[in-house]
Amino acid sequence: MGVAALLCTLFAPLAGSLALLLINRDQTKAIRVTALAISILTLGASLLLLPEFDQSLSSFQFVIDQQWIPAFDAGFRIGIDGTSLLLVLLTTFIMPIALLSSWSSIHKQEKEYYVLLLLLQFGMTGVFLALDTFLFYVFWELILIPMYFVIGIWGGKDRIYAAIKFFLYTLVGSLLMLIAIIWLGYSTADHVFTADLMKLQAAGPMIPFEVQKWLFLAFALAFCIKVPLFPLHTWLPDAHVQAPTPGSVILAAVLLKMGTYGLIRFNLQLFPQASHYFAAAISVLAVIGIIYGALVAMVQTDIKKLVAYSSVSHLGFVVLGIFSMTTIGVQGAVIQMVNHGLSTGMLFLCVGVMYERRHTREISEYGGVTKVMPRFAVMFAIAMFASVGLPGLNGFVGEYLTLLGAFQSPVLHSWSYAIISASGVIFAAVYLLWMFQRVMFGPITNAENHGLRDLNRSEYWQLVPLVIFIVWIGVAPRTFMNISEASVKALVETVGKVGNGH
Amino acid sequence: MNSAALIPLFPLLGFLVIGLFGKQLKSERLIGIIGSGAILASFAIAVSIFFSFLGMPGEERSMHVPVYTWISTGAFTVNIAYQVDQLSLLFTLIITGIGFLIHVYSIGYMHGDKSFSRFFAYLNLFVFMMLNLVLADNFLLTFLGWEGVGLASYLLIGFWYERKFEGTGIVYTGDAAKKAFIVNRIGDFGVLIAMFILFNTFGTLSYSEIAAQAPTVWAPGTAMVSVVTLLLFLGCTGKSAQIPLGIWLPDAMAGPTPVSALIHAATMVTSGIFLIARNNVLFAMSPSTMAVVTGIGITTALIAGTIGIVQNDIKKVLAYSTVSQLGFMFTALGVGAFTAGVFHVMTHAFFKALLFLGSGSVIHGMHEQQDIQKMGGLKKYMPTTYKTFLIGTLAISGIPFFSGFFSKDEILWMGFLNGSPILWGVGAVAAFTTAFYMWRLTSLTFLGEERFDHHHVHPHESPATMTIPLIVLAVLSAFGGFLGVPHVIGHALHIPNLLEGWLDPIFERGMSFLPKHVGDHAMLEWGLMGASTVIAIAGIMLAKSIYSKGTERAEGIAARMKGIYTLLWNKYYVDEVYNFAVIGPILAVSRDFLWKIFDVKIIDGIVNGSASTVGAGAAALRKIQSGVAQNYALLMMVGIIAFLAWVTLGR
Repeated sequence: MGVAALLCTLFAPLAGSLALLLINRDQTKAIRVTALAISILTLGASLLLLPEFDQSLSSFQFVIDQQWIPAFDAGFRIGIDGTSLLLVLLTTFIMPIALLSSWSSIHKQEKEYYVLLLLLQFGMTGVFLALDTFLFYVFWELILIPMYFVIGIWGGKDRIYAAIKFFLYTLVGSLLMLIAIIWLGYSTADHVFTADLMKLQAAGPMIPFEVQKWLFLAFALAFCIKVPLFPLHTWLPDAHVQAPTPGSVILAAVLLKMGTYGLIRFNLQLFPQASHYFAAAISVLAVIGIIYGALVAMVQTDIKKLVAYSSVSHLGFVVLGIFSMTTIGVQGAVIQMVNHGLSTGMLFLCVGVMYERRHTREISEYGGVTKVMPRFAVMFAIAMFASVGLPGLNGFVGEYLTLLGAFQSPVLHSWSYAIISASGVIFAAVYLLWMFQRVMFGPITNAENHGLRDLNRSEYWQLVPLVIFIVWIGVAPRTFMNISEASVKALVETVGKVGNGH
Repeated sequence: MNSAALIPLFPLLGFLVIGLFGKQLKSERLIGIIGSGAILASFAIAVSIFFSFLGMPGEERSMHVPVYTWISTGAFTVNIAYQVDQLSLLFTLIITGIGFLIHVYSIGYMHGDKSFSRFFAYLNLFVFMMLNLVLADNFLLTFLGWEGVGLASYLLIGFWYERKFEGTGIVYTGDAAKKAFIVNRIGDFGVLIAMFILFNTFGTLSYSEIAAQAPTVWAPGTAMVSVVTLLLFLGCTGKSAQIPLGIWLPDAMAGPTPVSALIHAATMVTSGIFLIARNNVLFAMSPSTMAVVTGIGITTALIAGTIGIVQNDIKKVLAYSTVSQLGFMFTALGVGAFTAGVFHVMTHAFFKALLFLGSGSVIHGMHEQQDIQKMGGLKKYMPTTYKTFLIGTLAISGIPFFSGFFSKDEILWMGFLNGSPILWGVGAVAAFTTAFYMWRLTSLTFLGEERFDHHHVHPHESPATMTIPLIVLAVLSAFGGFLGVPHVIGHALHIPNLLEGWLDPIFERGMSFLPKHVGDHAMLEWGLMGASTVIAIAGIMLAKSIYSKGTERAEGIAARMKGIYTLLWNKYYVDEVYNFAVIGPILAVSRDFLWKIFDVKIIDGIVNGSASTVGAGAAALRKIQSGVAQNYALLMMVGIIAFLAWVTLGR
């Protein structure tokens, strides 16, 4: 049952994207509805994982292990642990919302668009499920293609520049990762190549420290570009600004998480000694990113760019939590991944709502919008305060725990990481509230804003589910954090035990 | 589950019902009843607990009410759990009691506002958060309430989001709201770090456990306990508007007047006092922090008092007055007079809520006019408002037997006894300014000739929903002080100090770390009490002599003392200094260096530079490619294959 649900979660989007090919391109309604139906079906399948998933186990569950290319010991190996389950659920939850929001924001070549989006979901889910380095790499690269086209075809004015930048950045990283995967495959005790992640996990700590360092760096580069970690972040603002709303939502909510997930699954788990060695350096970059992203977000004039830079800041908390290598910090990082997906995804939806009405994202074009769009104002405010990290909403839990983890971390061994990062919560309030003030409050000064209509039903129902989870995680995060508790605890213990020895 | 858990639950339900269904409810009356009723229900429960406590011995007057586990991971567990004891119950009574009166008042004050239901939803949300703040059994839940009241404050300051509001760098009410939230966040940063240190040290964030362990882990006076308490105090200076973070409170007056009364006078701004009172053991263990608290408190009391003298907006005078009175409360805490500090919280809640609601009644009757230069002679038109306002003025000025007299005098006396004569002296000067600006305010508003335009303004008394709360608060302001009668008077009149007896179990642990003053100082105390009474009366008399004939004499004095007047009028230029020295540079560096140079020129320069180098190389090698992307992709593939070959063959 669990295995079937897992297979369904992974393959339904692929099947769906193939099914869409069969529909006549003129029947846009049918294409839209089919795509949405498939994504809801997938969400249902992923929810079926929950009853059978044993939260007390730290190991992978619902594992499927099929030989694929025996020569490389590459197989179709998938399975799920608490961390990946949360991210899979985030993916299946965000996709219907993104697809629904596409109905109003995508108006050309719709067939290709929905095919690509479902293909994207297939790739993203695969990344979180793969227990085989080769398979992981295939899914990782698979994502690049649909995302490249989503930005490049359905994007804004400078979409080509943004798409190429996105492509290049990611490709440079994945190239190094491929080399590392190959090198890693040969690093087992008997030097027989394998792509089996389980075998590699056992072998990882035995890899000589000098080799680990290089492997760590290669993987880390690929993942940190995706996160993105300062100073590898400059593709993100361009990609976000140019991408259509659903593209931005998926990019922020799920795609960036592939980077942080990779850091946990590969860097921490496979190279514990090297992780200890590099923890401080990466954490320094994370801390810089938190402050830098916030400061640069503060002076943006384009709302979407502001939100994009805020992601740089928020993801800094995640990376800091991961490399605190404490249960509290990594748990905080995992829930913060989900949180960022929800609240930043929601912020991008809100920006999209405004863009569709005014076709501009310049802050100065707005002002006093609350008066004409009161329901929207409530939603936008909730997304904003979730992002600000207001206690009682989701963002606080993640930020607080990642900071506490960093504060207590025996690896980082200094309070300064947490203290400097904590000042980021001040700046988060500055850039978001300032933007909100200029866009939503005051009288309407621009005549074009007088006639703006409030949220329509579709927009409203895209946002409501996000609000539910934003509040739920804020007041009862244990529902979600218990899912990943066992796997994170086990990871931290293994890394702690092995890592001290370098 | 204990009935105490219902105390915060009612306002939460009120918030949800009004917030979600306010538009459908339509009827102002119904919304008003739900909103006020929720608070009244909480108040009723608090009162019943109070009476059940009275039947118990002092040390048993405490309940622990766990609700559920909030966050739990690894070694970190924090519960939603309430600590109902003498301190939190006293604050709860103030919050729900005065909160209820202000809700009732708002039914009249907000009548006809198109966002009537939104207002009551926010108000209920505020009370819910405030109750969490004071009832919490641990730091993190208090922090939830702490930031939650900040949210409610933000929403209510910017409630009339279209309106303009005057202030440094402020054009609309929303600017003031944003400023309040951000300045508070700076303080919250301190609380956040303090919580990290506390959890790191004690493995818990529970107040009682930390208070129990702290003396065994930290020796009194060690650096770490000072660091923690100073960080907590940074949060207090934000929430309770003390130097250096007090700049937001006067601008918070952009909100509707009931908000100023409830949030920015009676309850939220006293959160800092609560936090220190709750952690009196930690604070008492650090003499240096206590000295800082005293110093900041008394300085703020004086500075804000002097600014209050020259303001012309009725609410801004009261706002600076609040800052000044909060300074008195911190002074009390700093010298170890915890009970006196909390006592002043209570009496201040009575008379300042009264004064703000009175000013709201005036603003209401004057069609939104807030400039006292354009008032005068309102006594005739608004008799109830005038009489109650007068009681509030006498109470805050420290006229004997009104509530403010007892609490302020207790603070000054403890300042003398535990601090120094200088402390008393500065406090006395601040108290003098209080009496002065309050009489100035009363006089310019209600007495003398009418300076408003009779053609456009027709002052009228407010409806009963507004005047009845004024009367109740006036009674409390007049007689509330008898709950904490100083010992010397108590001995003479045979009245016990009820409040002190009530709060003793809370503060005795903290007090044990402080030096004790034994001996009989009765004569000295009587003498100082007499002196402070004379000072209060002198302040009123001076204001009376200057303002009885309107503003003319004052303008003459201001012209002669132009330098001082300008300095006070511009609030010592603190906002301007912050803008110039902090905000400006941060914005400039972020925009002109970090973004436009570092991000765009340097990082992107490297990225694009290397890309075009590769591109150019590829173009030179083969000119058959059409699109740029393919160029790159092909090159990448070549690279991958080359690397693959190198790695596999090389091994």
